[in-house]
Amino acid sequence: MKRIISILLENESGALSRVVGLFAQRGYNIDTLTVAPTDDDTLSRLTLTTQGDDQMAEQIVKQLHKLIDTIKVVDLTVGSHIERELMLVKLKASDPEIRAELKSCVEIFRGHVVDVTASTYTVQLTGDSDKLDAFIDAVREIGIMEVVRSGVSGISRGDKFLRV
Amino acid sequence: MEHLSGGEIVIRALKDAGVKHVWGYPGGAALHIYDALYRQEDVEHLLVRHEQAAVHAADGFSRSTGEVGTALVTSGPGATNAITGIATAYMDSIPLVVISGQVPKAKIGQDAFQETDMVGVSRPIVKHSFLVTRAEDIAETIAKAYYIASTGRPGPVVVDIPKDVTEPSYKVPYEWPSSVKMRSYQPTNKGHRGQVKRAVKSLLSAKQPVIYSGGGVILDDASEQLVKLAQRLNYPVTNTLMGLGAYPATDRQFIGMLGMHGTFEANTAMHEADVIFAVGARFDDRVTNDLNKFCPNATIIHIDVDPTSISKNINAHIPVVGTCTSVLNEMLSIADELATEPDTKAIDAWWAKIDQWRADKGIYTASRYEPSSGDVIKPQDVIKVLYKETKGDAFITSDVGQHQMFAAQYYLFDKPRRWINSGGLGTMGFGLPAAMGVQLAHPEAQVACVTGEGSIQMCIQELSTCSQYNLPVKIISLNNSALGMVRQWQDMNYSSRYSQSLYEDSLPDFVALAEAYGHVGIKVTRYEDLEEKMRECFALKDRVVFMDIVVDKSEHVYPMQIPGGSMGDLYLNKAEKN
Ligand SMILES: Cc1ncc(C[n+]2csc(CCOP(=O)(O)OP(=O)(O)O)c2C)c(N)n1
Ligand SMILES: [Mg+2]
Repeated sequence: MKRIISILLENESGALSRVVGLFAQRGYNIDTLTVAPTDDDTLSRLTLTTQGDDQMAEQIVKQLHKLIDTIKVVDLTVGSHIERELMLVKLKASDPEIRAELKSCVEIFRGHVVDVTASTYTVQLTGDSDKLDAFIDAVREIGIMEVVRSGVSGISRGDKFLRV
Repeated sequence: MEHLSGGEIVIRALKDAGVKHVWGYPGGAALHIYDALYRQEDVEHLLVRHEQAAVHAADGFSRSTGEVGTALVTSGPGATNAITGIATAYMDSIPLVVISGQVPKAKIGQDAFQETDMVGVSRPIVKHSFLVTRAEDIAETIAKAYYIASTGRPGPVVVDIPKDVTEPSYKVPYEWPSSVKMRSYQPTNKGHRGQVKRAVKSLLSAKQPVIYSGGGVILDDASEQLVKLAQRLNYPVTNTLMGLGAYPATDRQFIGMLGMHGTFEANTAMHEADVIFAVGARFDDRVTNDLNKFCPNATIIHIDVDPTSISKNINAHIPVVGTCTSVLNEMLSIADELATEPDTKAIDAWWAKIDQWRADKGIYTASRYEPSSGDVIKPQDVIKVLYKETKGDAFITSDVGQHQMFAAQYYLFDKPRRWINSGGLGTMGFGLPAAMGVQLAHPEAQVACVTGEGSIQMCIQELSTCSQYNLPVKIISLNNSALGMVRQWQDMNYSSRYSQSLYEDSLPDFVALAEAYGHVGIKVTRYEDLEEKMRECFALKDRVVFMDIVVDKSEHVYPMQIPGGSMGDLYLNKAEKN
């Protein structure tokens, strides 16, 4: 099962490498990883996705928590949450018919064409990972030149929040 | 406020952290620190002969006292030589601070001379690490390092300091922080009261209980509480390799070590238990044997200060996160409040079973090996003689191999912090430097290193350090002319194909070697001489003595768990299985 784990981390040198190292050391995979400072620049917020059953997720959370630099860790998948990922896709689009087809496809997925040349469209899309996967499937035949995905960011729904 | 250079701050901060001894080895990147060391008398430095030994010595010091051990090394090869020592301490949760010099900040990343990314290299084997980038940060970082190393689940902390940060001409105000607070690190001490209560109730309702206690009890100095609880309940106690001494081995309720080379009675009692009370133990694979066959009928109560140890290998039915001391104390007081007594009838019946196992197949009740005689000295008998000669009250360090298991089985430890071995990493070479650390901490005590002719050669250079600092450790080398434990596995699993476990005729003359270092060497080849020579060895109070004892090559360590089996599936000797 896919897990979205959210971590509040001291924004210090070496902290990120400890998180990543832990996954390698314990034999867990990281599927996606995003990290950036928060409104408080002494803190980083890190979201990572991995696969695992409940027991494995519990171990991962505990192991992450044990790192000295981590302040809070939650497995967002346990409760209701919002998951977002940003994707940029460069597509082959020289044929006018294809350009039209692409445009309608982008609209259906509520994306934006953010750059255009005579032979390409660059599309920006946000949503959960499944939606981005679905878009890729929809345009695969047309000709994908490049895909850049940000990895998942997540936040819990409702009154719960992760803060010091 | 006083102004000090970075190098001076390192030493002053060590003093303010309560450090009296540092084990180390100098080199370019650490020379400003070494110069500061030279100009003071508060912190004594002991010069080893290899950085691995510096860390093991600091480790032995820590294990025998409970204090944080300290080592100081230079960058590059100094730092990498320390790695085995750090990993050894990490696996056994030993609190250490290892300070390493680093190339100047401006050179980091340039592949500079003697540059190694110490924080990177040590990352998977430290509790935490710091790279200090300003002289102003040294004191606080060192304070944090000692705090982190010694609290929660203890462990080694690396402090890597670039040379320019210790520059003598740059002086900054020095202040030792009066306390350390970290928002990201707040270890749990007290167990959850509801859980503790559940644990007590479950324990009191047991009919076939076993108390399984590990190194955590020793690290947290909770032996007294463990003994109180066990004796109040009259339940059997087994200790892990790391936990030996936490419960007195000569007490009736002690059923021996458990696990791969544990006693028949301990392993069988575990397998048949209805409640297992694990305290400061971690269900290591050298204990459990096949996880799927592990203790099928048992409710597991597990106390540990480290939440990641709980339900990692074996699911705990009643987990309690907290220090052994505080949780055991709370359990004792809850047991008083509840005023429920254990089921004495069931417990008596349980003891009758255990006593029968002990009588039939225990290693203490009758000899489980052929007796020694003439020129055949059984390694087990060496440990028994050592035990007798030291009245069971010595500090015993050990290396890794058959000799280690014989020592663990046959030296009956009645006190915690007396049995000092590398249990988790299994580091050959640990014994001698660890013994130096123990001897330094306990100058009047008898300190013996039980070793093999293989292991001792991994840090033998430390015989020189023993001379320099008058550390009169006794080396009890069980010489079976082989990497005995390897050979045992080759006998059992590889049809006695002794691939690279023999030395042909290349072993040194250990007596002459000891003498070359200025020590006493004693060779023993006949059983009838053993006691007398051992007495001679310990009579030489102020000397390092190297006992080269030629033991039976063919001996195996038994009992031994059968791979893939349950805890109770054991080879009892070469012919007998259970
Ligand atoms: C540094 C290191 N290398 C290899 C091993 C694997 N190993 C475990 S026991 C052993 C043999 C030890 O020989 P010796 O010290 O003579 O002890 P004996 O088993 O003969 O009593 C070896 C090679 C180890 N534990 N540590
Ligand atoms: Mg040997």
